[in-house]
Amino acid sequence: MRTLSRRHFLAASSAIALFIRSDKPVWAEDKPQAGGTLSVILQPEPVTLSPTNNMAQPTQTVAGNIFDGLVYYDFDLKPQPCLATSWDLARDGKTVTFHLRHGVKWHDGKPFTSADVKWSLENIWKTIHPRNKALFENVSAVETPDDFTVVLKFSKPSLPIFSVLNGVGAPILPRHLYEGTDILGSPYNNKPVGTGAFVFKEWKRGEYVLLERNPDYWDSGKPYLDRILFRIIPDPAARAAAVEKGEIQYAPFNAIPLRDVERFSQLPNVKIDRRGYDWISPLLYLDFNVENQYLKHQRVRQALAHAIDRNAMARIVWFGFGKPAISPVPSAVATFHDSTVPQYAFDPKKAEALLDEAGFKRGADGTRFAITHDYLPYGDDYRRTAEFIKQALHKIGVEVTIRSQDTAAFIKRIYGDRDFDLSLSWNSAFPDPQIGVVRAYWSGWLGTQTPWTNGSGYRNAEVDGLIQAAAVEGNPEARVADFKRFQQIVLTELPTLPLLEMQFFSVHAANLRDIVSQGDQTYSTLKNAWFDGKAKG
Amino acid sequence: MRRYLRRSLWQIGIVVLGIATINFFLLHLAPGDAAEVMAGESGAATAEYMAALRQQFGIDQPLYLQFLRYVGHLLTLDLGYSFREGMPVAELMRQRLPATLLLMGSSTALAVSLGCVLGFMAARRAGKIADTVISTLALLFYATPVFWVGVMLVMVFSVALDWLPIGGMTSIEAGYRGWALAGDVARHLVLPAVTLGLFYLAIYTRLVRASMLEVYHLDFVRTARAKGVRPWRIATRHVLRNALLPVVTTLGVQLSSILGGAVLVETVFSWPGLGRLAFEALFHRDLALLLGILFCSSLVVVFVNLAVDLIYTLLDPRIELS
Repeated sequence: MRTLSRRHFLAASSAIALFIRSDKPVWAEDKPQAGGTLSVILQPEPVTLSPTNNMAQPTQTVAGNIFDGLVYYDFDLKPQPCLATSWDLARDGKTVTFHLRHGVKWHDGKPFTSADVKWSLENIWKTIHPRNKALFENVSAVETPDDFTVVLKFSKPSLPIFSVLNGVGAPILPRHLYEGTDILGSPYNNKPVGTGAFVFKEWKRGEYVLLERNPDYWDSGKPYLDRILFRIIPDPAARAAAVEKGEIQYAPFNAIPLRDVERFSQLPNVKIDRRGYDWISPLLYLDFNVENQYLKHQRVRQALAHAIDRNAMARIVWFGFGKPAISPVPSAVATFHDSTVPQYAFDPKKAEALLDEAGFKRGADGTRFAITHDYLPYGDDYRRTAEFIKQALHKIGVEVTIRSQDTAAFIKRIYGDRDFDLSLSWNSAFPDPQIGVVRAYWSGWLGTQTPWTNGSGYRNAEVDGLIQAAAVEGNPEARVADFKRFQQIVLTELPTLPLLEMQFFSVHAANLRDIVSQGDQTYSTLKNAWFDGKAKG
Repeated sequence: MRRYLRRSLWQIGIVVLGIATINFFLLHLAPGDAAEVMAGESGAATAEYMAALRQQFGIDQPLYLQFLRYVGHLLTLDLGYSFREGMPVAELMRQRLPATLLLMGSSTALAVSLGCVLGFMAARRAGKIADTVISTLALLFYATPVFWVGVMLVMVFSVALDWLPIGGMTSIEAGYRGWALAGDVARHLVLPAVTLGLFYLAIYTRLVRASMLEVYHLDFVRTARAKGVRPWRIATRHVLRNALLPVVTTLGVQLSSILGGAVLVETVFSWPGLGRLAFEALFHRDLALLLGILFCSSLVVVFVNLAVDLIYTLLDPRIELS
C-alpha cells in the first residue's frame, strides 16, 4: 500500500514536471519582475561578513551581494566590467591601469573612489588576505592620478591577478571607515558597508542575515529582489524539508543531502542547477604523507592510485556529482589543464604488481602493510569516500584504519603535527593554478604549519622552480608551458592523488529566474535574480 | 538558616572557581586552536595570516598568562570577548537567552504538569488498562531519540499538513509586530517544545507513578485508609505530596541543564538557543565563549541545587537545614 501510493505520487509529480518543462507556462514572461523576498540557506553560520579576512564560503556568499568587485567573471571565466569599466595591461606586464565607474556610492552615501582601491590593495590584498598576498606582493606602487583611475606598478609581472578581481577575490573596503583602525577587529566586519546591489540590514546570530535592496545601485533597475534573507538551518533534514515546502527558494553549495537530490529533481516546484561554481573549480584529492615508510616509495603511491576506481567513487559515493580527475588543475581550467599527464586507470592487478616490485609482498594473512586515513570532517560524503578508499585498498592487501575528528583536530593533525598517512580533502583550484593549486606542492611551505599548504610533505626543486617562474612570468604562453611541465612531474611522482572534479549544485524554486548568470555566481551577487509570476513573500 | 545560607554561598564561590579552573585547562587539552579552525574554514592561509589571527585572539600568549587573565576577568564579572564572533561573550549569551528560556520553560512546564497528571492517573489505576496505556506511551517517548521525533513531527505537521513552520523562531520576512509577533513565535515554539517536552514528560510520568506506588505501601497510608479517609483525598493529600520529593530533585537536575541541554532539538528546529551556541563554540575552539557558557551553567547548577534544598524543607517539614 505504502509503495503503491508513493509510486503514484512520484509518477504524478514527474508528470507535472514534464508538463512544466516541455511547455512554457503561459504566465511566464522573460521580462524580469521586481519585488519579493528571497530566502536562502546559509550553512554553516558565517564568522564575519567581511570578505577580507575570512575565505569561508558562507562569508563569501553573503559578502558577494554586499560588495561589488572591480570585475565579475562570465561563464568562460573572462573578467567583465563591474566597478572597473575598463583596464589596460602594459606590454611588459608590469603596469596595469583600471578605469573606475563614475557615480558609485558606498551604502553610507560616501562616493567610491580610486583611494578606496589603493587603500584596500595596500592594507588587505598585499597583507592579511590569505590567498592574495602571493599575487600582489610584487606591486611596487599604486598611483591614483584622479578619483577614477588606479595604476598598479609591478616589480615583476603577476598575470594571475586577473583571475581574482571580483568582489570576494579582491575585496574593496570603504577606506573612510577602516583607515587607521584595527582591520581584523573592526565593528564594520559584522555590519559591512559595501557598494553592491544589496545593503546589509541585520544579522541575528543563530537565525538569519537580512539584506535589503540598494535603491541607489549604479546598475539602474537592479536588483529586482526587495530583500534577501539568509537563514541559518543547521540540520540537513530540516534544510531539505524547508526547500521542499518552499520556505526556502535558493539553496547553494550542496545544502541538501546528495541522497535527496534524485527525489528533489522529480519535484515540480524546485530545480537543480549545477552552474555557478566554475570560478572555484572544486577538486577532491588524497594526500600521501611522503615521509611515511611505505608511502615514501613512488611505486607504492602509484599502486594505491591504480587500486581506486574513481568512476565508481563518483557514481556511488557522490551520486554522480563529480567526475574522475586526472590532474590537480581541473579540466574546467582549460587553458592550463594538461590532458597528456600520466593517468592511473583502475587496475588492481597492476597495483598488486607494483607493490610486489616495491618489495611489499602479501604476508601470511594476506596483508602487505597497514596505514591510517584521516578525512576532512565536512559531512557524510567525505566519510563515505574514506570508507570507499578503505575497501579499495583492502582488495590489494593494504589495511586502512579510518580516523575521525573535528575540523580543528584534523587541521592540527595534518598541517601541524603531521601525524597521518593518507588524508582526504578538497580545495578550490580557481581559474589560475597560481591561486589554488601550487600551494599544495611548493616546498617553501614545509615547516610553517600553515593549513592548506603542502600536505604531503613533497619536495622537488624543479617543481619549486617552475612554480616560482610561473608566478612572475609575463608571457602567457610561457606560463602555460611551465604549468604543463609542473603537472607532468607531480602526476609522475604523485605526492597527491587527484580524485574527483567535484560538481557542486544549487536547488532553487522553479519560479525563481536568472539565479545563475555568471561563472562566479555562487560567490557573487543575486542582482539579476527575480521571481516569475506571483512572487513569494 | 542564615548560617546555612552564608556557608553555602561561601562553598559555592569555591566550587565555581574550581570548575572554572578545571574547565580552562581541560578545554585547552583539545587539539587545534581557533586560528586553525578559521584557516580550515577559509581553505587558504598564510603564515602571516595565522600569526595575525593568533595575536588577535590572544592565543599566542603562554597558557599561564591566558589563565591569569581569564581569572582576572571572572573576578570582575567579565566573561571575556569572543574574537571569532567579534562580540563580548555576555552579549552573545544575552542574545540567545530569551530563546533558551522560552523553549526550556515551555517544555518543562508541559512535561511537569502533564507528567504529574499522567503519573497520578497511572498510579491510581495501577495494573489496569489505563495504567498500561500510559506506561507504554511513557516508555515509547522515553526510548525514542529526540532528534527522530523532531524530524517526524516536522514531516507530519510542517511538510505534509502545513500547519506549523519548519524551524526558526519567527517569520522574519513577514515583519510582525506586537501580538502578531507573539503569536508567530508561539507557532514556531510548538514543535520544539513538544519534542523536548515529550522526553521529559515520560520521565516525570514514570517517576510520579513509581514513587506514588511506593508511598501507597507505607504504614501511614494504611492508617489513613483504616480511619476511612476517602481514596481521592488519600491520593492527593497523603500520597502525591509525599511522592513529590523525587520530582523536585529531577526538576532541579533538568533546570540545571537549562543552558545547554537542548542541542539536538535546537539543531533540528534551527532554534537560536544557547545549546547550539555552546556546541558550535566547541567545534570552533572559541574557548572564551565556551568557558563563559560553562561558567554560567555552573552558576545555574549550584543555585538550583541550593533552591532544591530549600524547597525540600517546605515540602517535608522533617527535613532540616544544618
